[in-house]
Amino acid sequence: MDVILFLIFAIIAVVGAINVVVQSHPISSAISLVGVMGSLAVLYLLLGAEFLAAAQVIVYAGAIMVLFVFVIMLLNAGAEVRKGQSSIALFLGGPLLVALLILLAWFVQQLFPGVMVYFGGFRGGSAQDVGRALFTTYLLPFEVTSILILIAILGAIVLARKEMD
Amino acid sequence: MRGVPISWYLTLSAILFTLGVAGFLFRRNIITVFMSIELMLNAVNLSFITFSYYWKQVNGHLIAFFVMVVAAAEAAVGLAIILTVFKNRQTLNIDEVDSMKN
Amino acid sequence: MDSFIVISLIKVVVVFAVLLTILAYLQWVERKVIAHIQVRPGPYRVGPHGLLQPLADVIKLITKEDLVPPHASKPLYLAAPFLAMTMALMSIAVIPFGPIIHVAGYQTAMQLADLNIGVLFVLAISSMGVYGIALAGWSSNNKYSLLGGLRSSAQMISYELPLSLAIAAPLLISNTLSLRELVEKQSGGFWHWNVLHGPFPQIVSFVVFLIAGFAETNRVPFDLPEAENELVAGFHTEYSSMKFASFFMAEYANMITVSCMATLLFLGGWVAPWPAEYGSRFVPVVIFALAAVAALYHGMNPARRRDQMSLPVFGILFFLIAALFLLPVVQEWLLPLFWFCAKTGAILFGFIWIRGTLPRFRYDQLMGFTWKFLFPVAVLNLLVTGLLVALVS
Repeated sequence: MDVILFLIFAIIAVVGAINVVVQSHPISSAISLVGVMGSLAVLYLLLGAEFLAAAQVIVYAGAIMVLFVFVIMLLNAGAEVRKGQSSIALFLGGPLLVALLILLAWFVQQLFPGVMVYFGGFRGGSAQDVGRALFTTYLLPFEVTSILILIAILGAIVLARKEMD
Repeated sequence: MRGVPISWYLTLSAILFTLGVAGFLFRRNIITVFMSIELMLNAVNLSFITFSYYWKQVNGHLIAFFVMVVAAAEAAVGLAIILTVFKNRQTLNIDEVDSMKN
Repeated sequence: MDSFIVISLIKVVVVFAVLLTILAYLQWVERKVIAHIQVRPGPYRVGPHGLLQPLADVIKLITKEDLVPPHASKPLYLAAPFLAMTMALMSIAVIPFGPIIHVAGYQTAMQLADLNIGVLFVLAISSMGVYGIALAGWSSNNKYSLLGGLRSSAQMISYELPLSLAIAAPLLISNTLSLRELVEKQSGGFWHWNVLHGPFPQIVSFVVFLIAGFAETNRVPFDLPEAENELVAGFHTEYSSMKFASFFMAEYANMITVSCMATLLFLGGWVAPWPAEYGSRFVPVVIFALAAVAALYHGMNPARRRDQMSLPVFGILFFLIAALFLLPVVQEWLLPLFWFCAKTGAILFGFIWIRGTLPRFRYDQLMGFTWKFLFPVAVLNLLVTGLLVALVS
């Protein structure tokens, strides 16, 4: 059951990621990226990270990507015109990429022999555990990121406002 | 043995990261480049959470959480910059934004 | 293991069937209530008291011509109402309607899936619901749709902030994210409900949640993005027949979700206002008996000739339902279900009442209201609640 779920959502993630890179219209890339984030949220659930899975959908897929879709709609971004692509690079680089990835997969498989991920293997990812760690061990990064968000809000407002002259 | 070998998750993270780098290097539309950056950050999050499972600790989740927060802040400011550049140059092609002079 | 699957399938079928019927009849209730607020009868020709009007509407919508506008982006145009509908229906999966019941030897909860991050699941699904509207506005290749879609999505994501903060405050008191445990911690009497209990009664939270819920579901007074006289029906201008119906069903399903969440978080879910041993199990009997008496009394000399048959029939039906509540074998699951539906129905009636009463906000007033008033109020409420909870415990 774990294997089937992992394979389905990993394939959706990879196909979505390829779509992000290959599609010419930005809105199709954005929708594919939402699909990638959704399938990654399911993979986080399989890894026992239930709070992170919900946070992924709420923050990443539900807010950041909506922002991307907004900007694409506002700027009326059209399909991109592709020129100057050399096919020699594709013939050389594509197989080399696949070969390197296979080498990496084999190498990683040798590094972690026998460790299996099954649903329920890690139970320490609940909201209580994340909250406890967030407000004790990671209190300083938490406060600093809230200031970071404040700076980002100020920056976005200053950059995007109309000049009131 | 039930379950999925942990190296599969790490390989998936590597594949997604590679696709993100490919999109970042090959695409000319600035918004697609941004989305490739988000794809890279997501791949790194998957890797962190996988290692958090391996060590049976929650610290990886926390680091992934902070990566999400920083990605949100970066997306907000980055998109505001894109809007400003579009207002001044009327183009979203990064090949055409190649000089400081307007 | 397979009894779990079979029971879950039965629950899914039951919940789905009941939900779709309620969606259709919620529209009937809305039309009747708004009509009576405006001193007119509402639909009353199609069936007794217009009860077959939703059926007539469904037949009309199915048989209408299904056009796709020219130069519209076909895949997104077709996917948008599907996405809106899916997200609206998915959040019903975690709503608990009652306690754990024993049926035919099996023990099961009156809920499709008891997640221990149930509240976050509902928030996540409602964040994803923005996509249906944004993509509908964009893919219709129409400037009014685009404007309506953009405005509606901006409104929905702006009001998600006070909504989440208003949800966080009773979670501080209840200390759990699971919807079932949230209700079980409010058991007792109505003085244990989150809206009245705890170191800080969550009245401000309740009001902020309801206001943000109105805006999330694009209901009056926040329905400018789909207003007919401002934006030519906004983001669903170019949609016809079943796709248009999907958007409306999604809106009603979102309304039901917001009302259910308000009931679970603040009003104690399926818990009766006072414990059952002091007679609260007779309240539904009394209510239905009174309704039956009123229907039979008006059936004697009806105001309209066409009501001569229908009112006595309804009277007898209500008497039968009142008698059903007296049977001890169904009381275990029917009473909590009655209280849950009564509270949710009261909030839905409030939704409909406000639609018939208030004018709509202008868009800049709407956005100014959330960022300058509702969000600071929600933050202050969370601060005060957190402070009092920390001081008391």
